[in-house]
This record gives sequence, structure tokens and C-alpha cells, in this order.
Amino acid sequence: MTSGARLILAITLAIVIAAVFAVLFGETALTGAQFAEAFRDPSSGPGEVLWQVRAPRVATALIVGVALGLSGAVMQGLLRNPLADPGVLGVSAVAALGAAGAIVLGAAAVPGAVETAALVGAGLAGALLVLFSARVRSPEALILFGVALSSFAGAATALIFNLSPSPIATAEVMSWLLGSVQNRSWIDVAWVTPAVLLSGGLAILAAPGLRMLSLGEETARTSGLPMARLRLLALLAAALATGAAVAVAGVIGFVGLAAPHLVRTAVRGDPGRLLVPAALAGGLMLILADLLARMTPTDQELKLGVFTALVGAPLFALIAWRAAREWRL
Amino acid sequence: MSALQLALATASLGGRPVLRDVNLTVAAGELVAVVGPNGAGKSSAIRALGGLLPLTGGHTRLDGADLSTLSPRERAARVAYLPQERRIAWNLPAVEIAALGAPFLAGAEATAAGRAALDELEVGYLADRGVAEMSGGERARVLLARALTTGARALLADEPIAGLDPDAQLMVLDRLKARARNGQAVLVSLHDLGLAARYADRVVVLDDGQVVADAAPLEALTPDVIARVFGLTARWVEGPEGPLLASSRYSDGGGGGVVRPVSSEL
Repeated sequence: MTSGARLILAITLAIVIAAVFAVLFGETALTGAQFAEAFRDPSSGPGEVLWQVRAPRVATALIVGVALGLSGAVMQGLLRNPLADPGVLGVSAVAALGAAGAIVLGAAAVPGAVETAALVGAGLAGALLVLFSARVRSPEALILFGVALSSFAGAATALIFNLSPSPIATAEVMSWLLGSVQNRSWIDVAWVTPAVLLSGGLAILAAPGLRMLSLGEETARTSGLPMARLRLLALLAAALATGAAVAVAGVIGFVGLAAPHLVRTAVRGDPGRLLVPAALAGGLMLILADLLARMTPTDQELKLGVFTALVGAPLFALIAWRAAREWRL
Repeated sequence: MSALQLALATASLGGRPVLRDVNLTVAAGELVAVVGPNGAGKSSAIRALGGLLPLTGGHTRLDGADLSTLSPRERAARVAYLPQERRIAWNLPAVEIAALGAPFLAGAEATAAGRAALDELEVGYLADRGVAEMSGGERARVLLARALTTGARALLADEPIAGLDPDAQLMVLDRLKARARNGQAVLVSLHDLGLAARYADRVVVLDDGQVVADAAPLEALTPDVIARVFGLTARWVEGPEGPLLASSRYSDGGGGGVVRPVSSEL
């Protein structure tokens, strides 16, 4: 078995163990008898808790984490920058703006409307980035454009808060922006999974381009690979994965940044072979983060996005510090 | 005969002309050195030959056909390019970097080709080492190995020996010369006029985006050309392994053209 396959197997095993724990433990402690009942009769009370509350929540955390880890790995490869993540390019912020707009306009009552608005936002951000990157090839310029896009979307979201006549809608937007996988159903899992799998397929097609970009723009352009197409595929994959993640769980930061770093050494830096392990590592991280967030004894349950940001921001600083020393960024 | 050619090429960067009506050819079987002071247009000429710098006038031709009519893959199969930029984004092992020269080969074949190129440049011992644990000179040779792995008939290398120790500089030029002898068209930019004279079949002198001389080394690098282009008073002396350049620099400290030697023998 190759080292890459061993790594993927090991993370998958860890995901299974983490998922079992995450389904067994929760706010409501179940007794052994209740567990037995839940397994015997899924429609019983304990069965409902396990199979309709916790299991879809864990599955959502897994798939959202996979999406974030994947899009972080794609963006870091595309921009040749260890500090890139779905937030950096503004895709998360524009998706969040779409969802916030939909909620304030009263679309939350229509099933799927907020999710669609988030996906449309991510698609729009992706299209803008594609247009920009077709004209300007420098990764630094693309990052700056992403920062501008992100700031603008943040300002527009703030404007929505500012002008919103209804404090209830504002609270709803706020709660959604904080990011959570609480109360997600199998329906959420069912629609978000194909989107994430599709984005994974696109990313794997783009992998040779990401690998070649390690040696810089000019080497990639003279390598014979169809770089314009591969770059487009990579951007689409990142936008779709981020959009799907934001649509189902709101804004959850830092998983996309950190997941690729956890496995980069194991694949010896190769941005192509990084994709699958980084995606799985993202899934594992988010299952664990969600478990820790809901096991933390607070009156109000900690929002997953808040928890990952609290843990992730110092990590970001640490990675920046190490990157600056090792790579003279 | 396979040849890569710039014909009356004109190009600008940020509004500043970097190539003015440049004619430059490298044919199969020859090693051509492009020399010139900083900003003379050496890298621009190489980038134009590689199809990386859009021309505002003139053509880049490969065996008579316009380079822009070829697909990226056809172009890469015929022309390999080594940029001056040596930054590698991730801590990849040398063998994987070298293997990137053959992205269309199956993994094992690409790795074997990469290993062979590393051996050719005497850095086979680095194969499994990550770039973060390499010196600048080692990294330069690994990146050149990637360009050799492509197997393209024309090789364009922008300052392939910059930052290498003297022994490695000679070794790399020996290998490139051998490749030219085996039928490849090799074009390199160099700063060292002595090495250009010793290794190149032809030297092209660029100054301010124009070709000043294009001939056999000692015919191109005459004392007059060296004085005009590089601001050096120089003469060639016969050394044991070929011509050596004895040079000194005009003082620019207001002394009215007093000749002050700052270096001699290369």
C-alpha cells in the first residue's frame, strides 16, 4: 500500500471513531437501555435523538468539513500560498451576503431559499474571481482582489443589519452567520453531498495543474498543461465547495486553512496528492470541533463557527509565523 | 534543421520597450549565450522565445512556423524553459520536481526520467530531499534538471549558473554543451563573459533591447563592444582552457576617466 493510501485509510478510520463518539455523546445523556432501544427501534424517543438529531448533525459536520478542507487545499495550491483559505478569496463572505439578504427579505420561510441564495453568492464570487484571474495571472493580485471582495461583502452585510427594520430578522441573520450544524436534517445532507462530491471531482481533475504551479507561473505556462482550463476547474471546485458549506452551515472559518497543513508533510508538499487527505482531515476536524462545542458546558450552546474561530485564529498566527520563517513570504 | 527564432521582435513591459527589432536564432546542435548588462533584455528575449512575452511586432518562429499557432502541449514538447525565478512553493522532494518536466508520462516513467536528469547534473543524491533542506545552488540544479527532463529539442535557460559554485558552473555548462553536441538547440543567458567565450558556439550581445553583436564569441565580444556595452576596458588573453578576459573598470568618481582595475582574470 502506498503512503498516500495509508494516510487516507488512517484519517478515514479516525473519522469513523470520531463519528461514533459524536453520535453516542450529546446534551442528552442516554442510558445503556436507551441505546439498546434506539438501535432496536429507530422511531422510539432515543432512536429519534440518535438517528434524526445527532446522526444528521454529525454527517453535516463531516460533509461541511470535507468541503472546507478541500477548498482550502485547492486555494492554497492555486495561490501557492499556505495562508489562503475559503475566506481569503471572499467566496465565504459573498455567500454569506446572499444568505443574509434572503433572510432579511423574508425568504427564510421558503424551503431551500436561503441555501440557494448562498450558493448563488458563492457562484457569483467564483465568476468574478475567474474573470479577474483570466486577466491578471499574479496570485498576489488575486489575493488582494479576494480581500477587496470580502471587505465589500462584509460591508454590504453590515448594511443589511443597519437598515433591517426587524430585530428578529437581524438576530436570525446573526445566528446564521455565526455558523452551526445544529438541527440539520438528512435532507440537508442529501443535497449538499452531491455538490461536494462534484467539487471534489473537479479538484482532482485540476490536480496536475496545482502540482505544476508549485514551480511558479512561468514554468506552469510552458509545461504543456492546459493551465487556463485547469485553473478554471480549480476555482470552480473551490467556489462550489465553499458555497455548499456556507449554504448548509453558515460561515465556519479556519478549517479550510488548517486542514491542509495537518497533512501536508505526509504527502511531502505535493498540492495534488494533498486534496483527498486535506478534505478528509477537514471532515474529521469539524466532527471533533462540533462535539467539543456542544460538550462545552455553557447556557447557550457554543456556535461551531465561533468555536473554530477561537481555536483557529491563534493557529493562523502560528502558521503565518512559521511560514514567514521557513519560506520568507 | 530545427531552429527557434525571434524575427524583428519588439516588445514592451509597462510601457518601456524591452526588445527593439531583435533578430535571434538558436539552431539544433549549437549552444548560444546571450550576454548584456542588467536590463539589456536578456530575460525578455528568452521569455519571447518561450512564448511568454507577447510581442508588439515581429514573430517567434519554431522551424519556420509561428510559435503562437502551436498548442501548449506541442510547444512544451519542443521547447523547454528554465525561468530565472527559483521560488518553489512547497517542500517537494527533488525527484518529484525533476519529474514535473514530463507531466504526460506515467508516474514511474516520469520519476525515472527525473532521476536521470538529476544524475546528469550530479545532484542524484538530492532525489529524496525536500527543497527546504537544499542550498540555493542545489535548488538551481534541481530546477534545471526539470527542464532537461522535458526532452524538448530546444532548451532556453535564463541564468542557469547564477549562484552556483565555480565547479558546478563548469559542470553545468559542460553538460549543456554536450546536449548541444547531441543535437539540441541550447540558449542560455550568462553574466560571465569569460564562460560565455569558453563554452558558447555563438554569443549574442544585447544592450538596451537591441542586438549589438551576434557572432563567434571573440568576434562578438571585441574590446570595443565590451567597452561600449559593459563599460569595461578589457582584452582577451590565452588561458590553459581557452580565452580569459582581463578587464578593468572606468572609474566614475569624477576622476575623468582614470582606469582603476577592480578585477582581473574573469
